[in-house]
Amino acid sequence: MTEVGFTTPTAIEIDRLSKRYETKDGPVLALDNVSFAIRKSEFIAVLGPSGCGKTTLLKVLAGLEIASKGDVRMGGKSVRGPNRRTGIVFQSPALMQWRSALKNVLLPTEILGLPAERSKQDALQLLELVGLADFANKLPDELSGGMQQRVAIARALVHKPDILLLDEPFSALDTMTRSQLNVELLRIWSDSKTTSMLITHSIPEAVFLADRVVVMTPRPARVAEIVAIDLPRPRTPEMRVSPEFVRLTDRIGRMIGLEYV
Amino acid sequence: MSSEPAATRMAWPTIGAIGRHPALQKALKMSGSLLAFFVLWEICCRVFEIPEFILPSPTTTILTVIKKWDLFAKHSVVTFYETGAGFLMAVAFGVFVAAIIVVIPVLADLIMPLLLISQLVPKVAVAPILLIWFGYGLFPKIFIAFLIAFFPIVVNTAAGLASVERPMLDLARSLEATRWQIFLKFRVPVALPEMFSGMKIAITLAVIGAIIGEFVGGSSGLGYLILIANSELDTPLAFAALLLLSIGGIILYAAVELLERLVIPWNKSTQAEFRPVVGG
Repeated sequence: MTEVGFTTPTAIEIDRLSKRYETKDGPVLALDNVSFAIRKSEFIAVLGPSGCGKTTLLKVLAGLEIASKGDVRMGGKSVRGPNRRTGIVFQSPALMQWRSALKNVLLPTEILGLPAERSKQDALQLLELVGLADFANKLPDELSGGMQQRVAIARALVHKPDILLLDEPFSALDTMTRSQLNVELLRIWSDSKTTSMLITHSIPEAVFLADRVVVMTPRPARVAEIVAIDLPRPRTPEMRVSPEFVRLTDRIGRMIGLEYV
Repeated sequence: MSSEPAATRMAWPTIGAIGRHPALQKALKMSGSLLAFFVLWEICCRVFEIPEFILPSPTTTILTVIKKWDLFAKHSVVTFYETGAGFLMAVAFGVFVAAIIVVIPVLADLIMPLLLISQLVPKVAVAPILLIWFGYGLFPKIFIAFLIAFFPIVVNTAAGLASVERPMLDLARSLEATRWQIFLKFRVPVALPEMFSGMKIAITLAVIGAIIGEFVGGSSGLGYLILIANSELDTPLAFAALLLLSIGGIILYAAVELLERLVIPWNKSTQAEFRPVVGG
């Protein structure tokens, strides 16, 4: 875990986190003693099979779920409830159909009561960053699925959160759009320098994007291993076929395969 | 125009470019079916020589309207005033109750049985009691129109307010939005389309409510006119009143629909018809 370097300050500390749900058939353990730290400006991917509790982890970080045990510390402070220092991108774009792309991006600033004029400039800048400068006044209906998800990314960044939480944001898109958006996301991340945590079940996606990949076990989700991705940056689509890339995806694949047995 | 599918071109060879305008095409189809209905009715009356007091022909009906225009104008105003007032009360009350049900879920279980009972009791049976309470003026008619019309508004609006997607609510909560912000920025806009479908049902019911009120005890209004016409076997008069009632009902319904298009132009169900009208 020391490959990235000791000097980078820790942004988020996940400390022995457990989450238990009470259901009709008894308690279900979704997260079991999960611990890892995310450094400032780092890109972390959390990889695991569907329904393993990865989304629960994201919800605890956003303060949407309260942990049963353990703690999440952001900037030294424990997360105890809804947490505006996070920006979330969901699996669905979750845009308001009655608002233009720009107005959708502005929504968080309205809720937080940020100054309107500044916010508008920020929002326009973000729309440019995600490549939608010419679509600011379009309604979501008039945008493709990939474009809608880019609006959602801009919306998640507009209030300058400490961490960008991405909950399988590209899993509903076709493969071509998905790899294109992976490249875009890297550009957005390196421009905004926002600490990011991506939840995904795609091994190549995790390896291509992340500094480190946190590999989770199936329910209850535990940390199986944290794999440092030593591919150089900036990463290019061609790297997907490089021997190092294949070696890493293969290694993680075996790891998950072993966990299934 | 060349992008029009060939089938459309063949189906409307003579109407030309104007006929292909979606809104106009719809209007043509609608008035076409109405016209066909009236023509068939007219032919039946003439061919089978049906007496006027059994079934007056459309021309007789329309002539009656023109001949007694003053009378009809006076009574139409009363009925549509009752309808409109009852409908507006229903909207105000219905939206308010729906908001309460959604914002304070505990109250839903307390309020719903009362609403259901108010809806299940036949209005015709309640009307005479309302006359005892409120007298023979306009208010009991307005009240019956209100009573019959508010229910679909409550049910539809409440469903709409509750239909905010899970991620949207998560987004709102992660931004520490207040209940009021969630209601105003998330719930209300999402609910508007369903609220309007409730209002469209309600406006047609409000007309029925007003007529029920007039039937049971009125001294004016189209319902009262129909009652009088029936007792005098003046069937053309009754039909003329029915015709005006239908036309008025259609106009009120169209007004609600127009309002819907103005308020929620982004709504999918209205978009297809609306966009060409503004976009040209």
